[in-house]
Amino acid sequence: MTEPLAGYNFAYLDEQTKRMIRRALLKAVAIPGYQVPFGSREMPLPYGWGTGGIQVTASIIGRPDVLKVIDQGADDTTNAISIRRFFARTAGVATTERTRDATIVQTRHRIPETPLAAGQIIVYQVPIPEPLRWLEPRETETRVMHALSEYGGMYVNFYEDIAIHGRIATTYDYPVLVNDRYMMRPSPIPKFDNPKMDMNPALQLFGAGREKRIYAVPPYTKVKSLDFEDHPFTVESWNEACAICDAGDSFLDEVITDDQGTRMFVCSDTEYCRDRVAAKAAE
Amino acid sequence: MYVAVKGGEKAIDAAHALLAAERRGDPAVPELSLAQIQQQLAGAVDRVMTEGSIYDRELAALAIKQAAGDLVEAVFLLRAYRTTLPRLAASEPVETAEGLIRRRISATFKDVPGGQVLGATFDYTHRLLDFALAAGGAPLPAPQQVETAPAAMPRVADLLGRDGLIEPPPAETGAPPRDLTREPLEFPADRAVRLQNLARGDEGFLLAMGYSTQRGYGKNHPFAGEIRVVDVAVEIIPEELGFAVEIGEIRLTECDMVNQFKGSATQPAQFTRGYGLAFGHCERKAMAMALVDRSLRAAELGEEITAPAQDAEFVLYHSDSVEASGFTQHLKLPHYVDFQSELDLVRRLRAAALKEAAE
Repeated sequence: MTEPLAGYNFAYLDEQTKRMIRRALLKAVAIPGYQVPFGSREMPLPYGWGTGGIQVTASIIGRPDVLKVIDQGADDTTNAISIRRFFARTAGVATTERTRDATIVQTRHRIPETPLAAGQIIVYQVPIPEPLRWLEPRETETRVMHALSEYGGMYVNFYEDIAIHGRIATTYDYPVLVNDRYMMRPSPIPKFDNPKMDMNPALQLFGAGREKRIYAVPPYTKVKSLDFEDHPFTVESWNEACAICDAGDSFLDEVITDDQGTRMFVCSDTEYCRDRVAAKAAE
Repeated sequence: MYVAVKGGEKAIDAAHALLAAERRGDPAVPELSLAQIQQQLAGAVDRVMTEGSIYDRELAALAIKQAAGDLVEAVFLLRAYRTTLPRLAASEPVETAEGLIRRRISATFKDVPGGQVLGATFDYTHRLLDFALAAGGAPLPAPQQVETAPAAMPRVADLLGRDGLIEPPPAETGAPPRDLTREPLEFPADRAVRLQNLARGDEGFLLAMGYSTQRGYGKNHPFAGEIRVVDVAVEIIPEELGFAVEIGEIRLTECDMVNQFKGSATQPAQFTRGYGLAFGHCERKAMAMALVDRSLRAAELGEEITAPAQDAEFVLYHSDSVEASGFTQHLKLPHYVDFQSELDLVRRLRAAALKEAAE
């Protein structure tokens, strides 16, 4: 642990702002999947970079916390590094790349392959919080639709996909129903990660800074990916295994290695990949 | 009182003198040189060159100085000067896959042939005001010497194109594109014309238009396939020579947006493209332009047109800051006569209504 940045409050935000955000978080936890408007602040990182997640993390983090930040599943992507440094600098907290050692995991676009445990918090960065946005651009309308659980449009949308393509053509940010009540966007994680949200022992918090919304899934809450009885929800799968650790059960990124179209597939979750390589070396 | 007309000439001269004095500011503070503007306000210079449609850093710096930092005004100055220039030749198409790469990133693949080159970017800076900079003269850390970039950095979209996963770039028609600076905008506007318009368009306007597509008003699921900042050679073929001659080098920012398209009864699913190009390092502009380019292709791709950003007339007629600024601000000009007519009419209508009410 180091000393936080001089001239700024612990974790950048002032205490009044943190209190406002914590109140929004409490409401969000009390109404799983419901989008709570909050007074999102301008942050020293741009909108779209994770300002919602950063504000949530800044409001819940304390000195003893250990923070892991990932983007696309990886600890070493530029944005993950930048956000990790931001908290190391403004809060002086310890950071880690190990999911098990982290008390808070802030993420963009993935849920770690390593299962989360009770007591941990995962903070998702959310670009567009409204699951009905592509069906209805007006916020005044979508709030009414949520109030009335008027979700038929989404099913019609999926039905049309099936009629035209034979399958549901949404692959990431795949909508879910939380606690049998609110439809929720899981943030742009691949649908591969959706099942991890269901009955997860960790607290899941979602922050959308530009859109000024916070929502949450409390521990051990039912999260169901939308589907039909005759077209059940499925996740992505690959013919390949990870070229580095040989994992056949993780989400794989495609990497183009030359201009002849040669590709390799590697784990998106760098921690998971590294651990598997280390475990093999130890054998 | 007839002051508005009789006093006009003196008032204008006095206003111009006052403007010049305000532009200069306190004479005790050293005057800005064009070199300082070019070197230290490069972002402003690049934007003014792009929207001013002239690649000349020195002229752009002059325009910025003369406009006292009002960039839309500087664009206007540059456009007005551009009018006076003869058209000597049209260049050959520039090849952005070759040239010196300053920055090259892809958001679609973790690694690509040629690698990700972060380059100089604000992206991962923390926006904390640097008070050390206010004092000036602080020594800078020397930038690390970069490894020599590989000669070829194929475009990411071309890599996807090898498998047919993305639509091919528009076919070369051989016909010279219409020149918006010489011919009026007409509808339907083909893509070359639209791109010209967007390239000259106001960054703020395009930003808002592109952003609206991200928020559901004409969505098109974009991924930044590639953004590259590259120094490319410009060549012309002089008629008397018949072969290409390099006349200079320009810096460009190019954005290839990869967009979702589910396919149709006749076409298998394929990604579509949006394209953005700007002079200098204008990433925000190039990205916004690529989003708007794609959304304006709605009709061509058989998408329902529901949002402003998909409406070519709406976008192309309102994108130009010089046009928009002029017409908005013309409301400051005298309209005494028109207003007098309106006043007269309103009085008559009111009088008639009051009379009717009284009866």
